[in-house]
Amino acid sequence: MATATTAAPAQAPPLRLSVPDSIVPLKALPLVVAVIGGLIASIATNSIWALNFYHVAGGGIWTALDLFLGLVLGPIMGRLSPPARAELSSRLMPALLVIFPTVVTMTLGSGFQLARYFGFLNTSYDRHGYVVASFIVVGIMATIAIGILEPANLAVLFEMRKPQPNFELIGKLMRRFIYTAGITGVMQIATLIIMTRLPTP
Amino acid sequence: MNRRLPPIPELGVASMVLTIVSTIYLATYIPKHPPLGPAVGLMVASGVLLLANLVVLSRAREFAWGTFFTVARWTLLAYAVIAGMLEFVFLYDHTRGGVLVLMTLSLVSFAVNVPVLLAFGVARYQAAD
Repeated sequence: MATATTAAPAQAPPLRLSVPDSIVPLKALPLVVAVIGGLIASIATNSIWALNFYHVAGGGIWTALDLFLGLVLGPIMGRLSPPARAELSSRLMPALLVIFPTVVTMTLGSGFQLARYFGFLNTSYDRHGYVVASFIVVGIMATIAIGILEPANLAVLFEMRKPQPNFELIGKLMRRFIYTAGITGVMQIATLIIMTRLPTP
Repeated sequence: MNRRLPPIPELGVASMVLTIVSTIYLATYIPKHPPLGPAVGLMVASGVLLLANLVVLSRAREFAWGTFFTVARWTLLAYAVIAGMLEFVFLYDHTRGGVLVLMTLSLVSFAVNVPVLLAFGVARYQAAD
């Protein structure tokens, strides 16, 4: 024990982040192509089951992911050390770069087609106001996603590929990413309220 | 990295918001033909902001132009494809006249604003060329 207390602390090895080969995880692209291909097929054939599946599954994943990031992972990441935060980000962010655009496309593409098919888009529909409200909520979420979320996601991935990543910058961008994901998650609750006001024909 | 850069994200987001409001305004009238005045005004304002943003950006000094163009090139390709698909949908659905012109302009705004926002968001944290 004496040696343990008197010995100089061991020099921590430099942190080596899990640096992806490319900014976009290429191995995931076949899955994305399959999902989007299925979405296009369901829109082209007006398959109500497939459109409902895409809309419910995509919306559920999108909402759960946003809320998990903002309300669960965000506070946890805030308490991690900068290197631990950077290590977690290096594995999380490449996946999110693929998952988010895919589930958003699934949800919005199928949702618009369902609304069109059932006549919810028509001004004559008695609950048209709810549909317009959902457009507005989606518009706000799209602005947040394009203006803040995705630039932060990409900037983190570029920073991690540097020989000497700036952990402070990665932490700052991750906080921005996580908390704006939380804001869009809370806005998803508004979307869920609107969607449950539209009766299924 | 503390260099002073122009307010590209702010201008880009403002332009996007005007485009989105214009599009929502048009979408609320489906299948009727809306009065185009408000949508035209919104798109003109959006276009002015977009052009101003591009001019301000082109004058930026000490900026990582290499990284900017790397990101912008691929994002522009992706969003041009998306915009092309949406334009096909508009034509397929027999959208015509002023509404088609406005929807096409909104797609152009979308396809230019998004690559600029994403590319600037990355390049601002890179060392200047």
